[in-house]
Amino acid sequence: MKRDSIMSFLSSLVVLVIGLFVGFLILLFSNPGAAAGAFSTILTFGFSSMRNIGDVLHGATPIIMTGLSVAFAFKTGLFNIGATGQFAFGGLVAILIGLNFQGMPDGLRILFALVAATAAGAAWGAIPGLLKAYRNVHEVISCIMTNYIGMFLVGYFVEQHAFFAIENRSASLPTNSNLPTLGLDRVFQSEILPGLIRSSDINAGFFIAIFMAIVIYLILNKTTFGYELKACGFNRDAAKYAGINENRNIVAAMMISGALAGLGGALLYLSGTVHIAAGNNLLPYGFTGISVAFLGLSNPIGIIFSGALVSHLFLGGARIQLNFPIEIVEIVISIIIYFCAFVFLVKTFLGKHIGKLFKGGEKS
Amino acid sequence: MYIIEMRNITKIFPGIVANDDITLQLKKGEIHALLGENGAGKSTLMSVLFGLYKPENGEIYKNGEIAHINGPNDANRLGIGMVHQHFKLVHNFTVLENIVLGVETTKTGVLQMQEAREKVLALSQKYKFDIDIDQEIRHISVGMQQRVEILKMLYRENEILIFDEPTAVLTPQEIDALMQTMRDMANEGKSILFITHKLDEIKQIADRCSVLRKGKLIGTVDVAETTKEVMSEMMVGRKVILSLDKKEAQIGETIMSVRNLSQRGIESKSHKLRLSNINFDVKAGEILCIAGIEGNGQTDLVYALTGLAPIDNGTITMNGKDITRAKIRKRTESGIAHIPEDRHKHGLVLDYTLAYNTILQTYYSPEFQSVGFLKDNVIMEHARKLIDRFDIRSGQGESTSVRAMSGGNQQKVILAREIDRDPQLLIAVQPTRGLDVGAIEYIHNQLLAQRDSGKAVLLVSLELEEVMNVSDRILVMYEGEIVADVNPKDVTFAELGLYMSGAKRMEVAV
Ligand SMILES: Nc1ncnc2c1ncn2[C@@H]1O[C@H](COP(=O)(O)OP(=O)(O)OP(=O)(O)O)[C@@H](O)[C@H]1O
Ligand SMILES: [Mg+2]
Repeated sequence: MKRDSIMSFLSSLVVLVIGLFVGFLILLFSNPGAAAGAFSTILTFGFSSMRNIGDVLHGATPIIMTGLSVAFAFKTGLFNIGATGQFAFGGLVAILIGLNFQGMPDGLRILFALVAATAAGAAWGAIPGLLKAYRNVHEVISCIMTNYIGMFLVGYFVEQHAFFAIENRSASLPTNSNLPTLGLDRVFQSEILPGLIRSSDINAGFFIAIFMAIVIYLILNKTTFGYELKACGFNRDAAKYAGINENRNIVAAMMISGALAGLGGALLYLSGTVHIAAGNNLLPYGFTGISVAFLGLSNPIGIIFSGALVSHLFLGGARIQLNFPIEIVEIVISIIIYFCAFVFLVKTFLGKHIGKLFKGGEKS
Repeated sequence: MYIIEMRNITKIFPGIVANDDITLQLKKGEIHALLGENGAGKSTLMSVLFGLYKPENGEIYKNGEIAHINGPNDANRLGIGMVHQHFKLVHNFTVLENIVLGVETTKTGVLQMQEAREKVLALSQKYKFDIDIDQEIRHISVGMQQRVEILKMLYRENEILIFDEPTAVLTPQEIDALMQTMRDMANEGKSILFITHKLDEIKQIADRCSVLRKGKLIGTVDVAETTKEVMSEMMVGRKVILSLDKKEAQIGETIMSVRNLSQRGIESKSHKLRLSNINFDVKAGEILCIAGIEGNGQTDLVYALTGLAPIDNGTITMNGKDITRAKIRKRTESGIAHIPEDRHKHGLVLDYTLAYNTILQTYYSPEFQSVGFLKDNVIMEHARKLIDRFDIRSGQGESTSVRAMSGGNQQKVILAREIDRDPQLLIAVQPTRGLDVGAIEYIHNQLLAQRDSGKAVLLVSLELEEVMNVSDRILVMYEGEIVADVNPKDVTFAELGLYMSGAKRMEVAV
């Protein structure tokens, strides 16, 4: 067990270093003069002030949630690329509730928005789950479809019921619908100009994400439900032999996976900083979640860290847009992230070749 | 000069020295057996030779020259081929595709199968394999699959052939054919390394035999000049007296009763056979054996009884209760345990630990969970008890991943789990497959203990010896029907063979 953790950590590190290296090469080709500076910005900007650290954690919140969503389904042997649609659906529901229901006490309204978004994500995840369990439709296919249906539905609802025409996006929530900051804004703040103090956007959502990661960790590793789910994921036939109801587990896993993504959507849009743009775009958060899940080797606790890391890269990447075209920045960040997909390969490789270094001694 | 010489090989896994300074010498044209208890390190040693594991220490020489084998490709280049304990075939590829996989010839990027086809056909004819090379792997029997593995080696013109427990999965008839094939190959100058737990087989065809015990080489002996007793003593480290403590059976109430069971085959493409009108009772205190040549409906029958496949007609009752349509879990709870035929497919979650595999059907019981949380301490303790009782050997005890265990010890995990549940009815399919002699004896005694404590045992076995020694009553299956119901005391091996091959049948009444 201990050895396995070391291997996981090492392999995540290795793919990251390789990704960074290739990213650096691209920067070098694009603008040799500014490459070194930009690269160091990507690496350090997120740490450079308390405010930035807060923003990294805030940016990590939604992708930790989608990362958990993907990882949870993955443990059951399902590939949930529908996290994007579930995320959007949850976000939409949260926005609609945040905009309306002004008669409710703030705390209750926010709680209601969170719960409803979670339920919406679960419902959206249940569709591919049901199709897979009872009609044997591959979840990747139905997830792609629910992503697009979700995208159009969300686009429609935003334009009809939550539109801010001037900026062509969803309406801003009244501040009393935003998640509480719990004083985090005063911890994560810095003086950006003499006398001008700015706070990070971080709020309670980050804690909710961490809390969910721990809950998911416990479900997967300590409960009978997790035992069943993983058994299905590892060996369907053996699960059947054991009398485990596979269909029920597929549906449950997809619902929980969707719920996590849906909650992620609520955490993002209840922070008052981001809005859903009008027009039909698939949101990137679900796909980033796939990378986050991989980089964290599908371990819920690992995902907290991989989410923070990816967020860190995004923030640094946004910063270098002064010297590099946005496309190059996107390419570099994507390359770094997509190298994460090789993490399992690297882990196997390391296991074979470096495993010997750890021989003997380790009994967990 | 040896064609292969493995010198001072040491291979260490976490918590265990699987091979400890082993030197093995293979002569050209010989059949060299490798004998040892479950977990002694046989498969590991062969995997080192085949390049799957890198040893911590030691070298391999081919014809006196040092050989660096860093992977199966290197092994292949040196002419070394291996048939693994658990086959490595692509199930939705055809036989031919599996054989050429990895060494395909292409012309401007297009597969050239004609040449390969002819070569494979010629080889198959030469060794009288009688195999349809256009069938998909999943539609052919285990015995046929093994022939595919052998053809793979022959196609690659390997001259050093490793067989890891090839006979464990075969029917007696197939074993005879395999022995003949191995003999033919050795006569042509191929050198063979052959792992088996069956001393008779070693006596029959091996020239020399190397014995391993707990990772160490005990010695290499000339088979013709050694007795089976000496070899088993070398293997176990003490004199082995095999004995079954078989008392008179005390037959009690009917536990399971099957009436008019009929079914189309599970894989109707390969077995045209189905179950037709099966009737029998299993009673408390008896070991009822289903004998027959593989593929005559035993698998379908077991699937039907355990609920792995639905049935078309008939009824199954357990203690008088109808379970014909009951779910698997209901059947398990009604007291049925099942040692499955295919341990990797059904029996184990290879990526779970040994401990987690011991609670596969009971994880939700109050013993192992409370309010949905697993009681890890209890589970570990339970696993440790089973490890002790069944002598399950592994590198890291209860927290070993089952994937990292030797084949025989994996089997023991299943046995331990199923027998420990103390079921009303134990359905055991080939329970001793891949076990060493000591373990087989232990399992047989366990089956008898079950029966003596008033439980029922339904044993499905292909091995006549096992059938005759252990059972109280024998049902013979042929083409999906029960064609004989006999007492082992009143029947000879030869007669049983006649029933099994369909040459003879009797009226069977319940
Ligand atoms: N990949 C692995 N990782 C860790 N330990 C392993 C691995 N493979 C084998 N072992 C351990 O090494 C020991 C020797 O295993 P091996 O498979 O060589 O036994 P074997 O002689 O082939 O036994 P069997 O007759 O049961 O097949 C066992 O204790 C096993 O637990
Ligand atoms: Mg073995």
